[in-house]
Amino acid sequence: MLSVSKINFERYFAPVFQPVSFTLEAGGLLLVTGANGCGKTTLIRVLAGILHPTSGEFSSRTGSMAYVGHHLGIKDDLSVVENLRFMRDFLGTSNRSSEEVMKEVGLTRVSEQLARTLSAGQRKRCALARLLLSNTQLWLLDEPYSNLDQEGVELVDKMLLKHLEAGGACVLATHGAHRPNWQQTENYELISGVAA
Amino acid sequence: MTIEASIDAGGAASTGIEAGAGSMNKAFFALLRRDLLLAFRRRTELLFPVIFLLVVISLFPLGIGPSPQLLARIAPGVIWIAALLATVISLDGLFRSDFEDGTLEQFVLSGHPLTLIALAKIVAHWLVAGLPLVLLSPLLAIWMNLPLDSLGVMIVTLALGTPILSLIGSIGVGLTISLKRGGQLLSLLVFPLYVPILIIATAAVMAASDGLPYTAFLGLLVAGLITSLTLAPFAAAAALKISLS
Amino acid sequence: MNTNATTMTKIKPRKNWLVMFIHKLGSPPWFYNFSGKLIPWLWATFAALTIWGLYLGLYVAPADYQQGESVRIMYLHVPAAWMSMMIYGLMAVMSFIALVWRIRMMEILMMSSAPIGAAFTIIALASGSLWGRPTWGTYWVWDARLTSELVLLFLYLGVIGLHNAIDEPRKAARAACLLALVGAVNLPIIHYSVKWWNTLHQGSSISLTGGSSIDTSMLWPLLIMAVAAKFYYGANLLTRARIKLLEQDMRKGWVKNVVKEQTS
Repeated sequence: MLSVSKINFERYFAPVFQPVSFTLEAGGLLLVTGANGCGKTTLIRVLAGILHPTSGEFSSRTGSMAYVGHHLGIKDDLSVVENLRFMRDFLGTSNRSSEEVMKEVGLTRVSEQLARTLSAGQRKRCALARLLLSNTQLWLLDEPYSNLDQEGVELVDKMLLKHLEAGGACVLATHGAHRPNWQQTENYELISGVAA
Repeated sequence: MTIEASIDAGGAASTGIEAGAGSMNKAFFALLRRDLLLAFRRRTELLFPVIFLLVVISLFPLGIGPSPQLLARIAPGVIWIAALLATVISLDGLFRSDFEDGTLEQFVLSGHPLTLIALAKIVAHWLVAGLPLVLLSPLLAIWMNLPLDSLGVMIVTLALGTPILSLIGSIGVGLTISLKRGGQLLSLLVFPLYVPILIIATAAVMAASDGLPYTAFLGLLVAGLITSLTLAPFAAAAALKISLS
Repeated sequence: MNTNATTMTKIKPRKNWLVMFIHKLGSPPWFYNFSGKLIPWLWATFAALTIWGLYLGLYVAPADYQQGESVRIMYLHVPAAWMSMMIYGLMAVMSFIALVWRIRMMEILMMSSAPIGAAFTIIALASGSLWGRPTWGTYWVWDARLTSELVLLFLYLGVIGLHNAIDEPRKAARAACLLALVGAVNLPIIHYSVKWWNTLHQGSSISLTGGSSIDTSMLWPLLIMAVAAKFYYGANLLTRARIKLLEQDMRKGWVKNVVKEQTS
């Protein structure tokens, strides 16, 4: 589903991380770990197509992608349900209703509240709802567990497992303690590009 | 369901394509509606450029003297320059919010052409920031003692010209959106590009005041509008992609 | 089928030398060496042409029957104005190539051209202003050419300003390239609208060189100075580009070799 070869990204003419190569099949989870500042977020953004790699290539990149990163991509001035409805209408690929998705991520109670008034964890759930509304095969997640309580962490794992079992794939970057360690998981340690 | 889709020949692509054409249309209007809704949520902020416009215009009689003949002579230029300034001030809001909260990145990922997205946002921006300028122009015309027979032409030039200002300005905003003090640089980048519009629009109004033919100037404005409608969103999208990197 | 095969092996495809040259130009060490050899020749030619041109212009060519000796500013003003526009045009071409094919050398050449172009624009404006003094009695007149040059200066400053404002060098270069391209597309429109604006407001157009054709004794020094200016641009551009290249590739092996060679 996603196969990259020697992906390199430079900032200020220095590589952010050591060249990255991997192959990700359908149903697989690539767990990207590494020290702080080693470039996990940059790598995810390169994979998402937001950044253009300095060198290296995508040998294969099939299917559509969804990305949840540090910037959540939700509007503070809209309510939860308005945010979800917009995502659904804009992406146009979902056959689930926004109410249904809202229930799955556990935000029904605060559906009419403006996103600005929500807690960090609730905002994260709202952003994660996009994954369910986007109906895509490849998920790119950057620190999906951050700001979430135990229930939220379990929610992410549940969503992830369901996605993988349905034939989707995921690249997940995290530096936290919680790391999904399932049979489909492949670990990838990202090394910073800064020479010793 | 996802498995079946990928096994299908061109699986995701075909679901993508049928979703494609119709959903691009739907996405455009969804975004337009969203931006108008967001503007409405912050409707007090919409007044700032309007108030700015009124203040700037009133500075001219204060600075130059209230002689009606003098004001009438400089009215077309003054009103148009004030419109330029008000537009540049309001432009920053065009992409900033989406840039900062990550919504813009999501647009890039959505598979919809960023050009269309930029156009939707520019249209929303004009409705909210440019149209008020057009609607206010009779008041400004009265303040600046603009001869009333050229008021109609003034309104038309603003109606045709302010969208061009929004369109061309969006390119500048796209380039400066990742800068902290982008707004200051924006004026420098965008004013040289505004020069032709200023010249043609004021020429039209002045011709109308003098009783001379002005339709050629209006025709040029229409041509400018059509050209910028087709080219500017593309450049703005390219600028946004660069700013996101 | 067999004859085709033999014909094909007989004809050796001669590689297009232009394509190879452009390809090599993209290689930093090669560019560094090549430009290093070229620069002294460019300076020498510039010096020779300038001396010759100034000699012809300031001594040999006659004074204008209308403007007197002050017409001699033309030999500085006109080439500078031409260069200011030519350089912006080149910047636009380089920007296009740099953006579409993501070629770093093009980005470097484009950004190195910008200050040179801006300098020529300022020279054109200053010399035009000084020329205006004896001709019209004031230091500045909003005639079509000077106003166009002024707007061109703002376009240059915008490109340079945008490039300086963005921290990451390649992002800054790409942004500046896009801006230069957008400016280039608008430039003819700006130029013509300013020209038109001038006639609208003044009736007859004021032209520094007067409408009539220029005498050959004045034309020669003008053309020589124009060509000299191009050599100046070439020499200056390559010098700046080499410095930028060294800065950017500081950590790379070839730069370390260059430093070793220079210091040994």
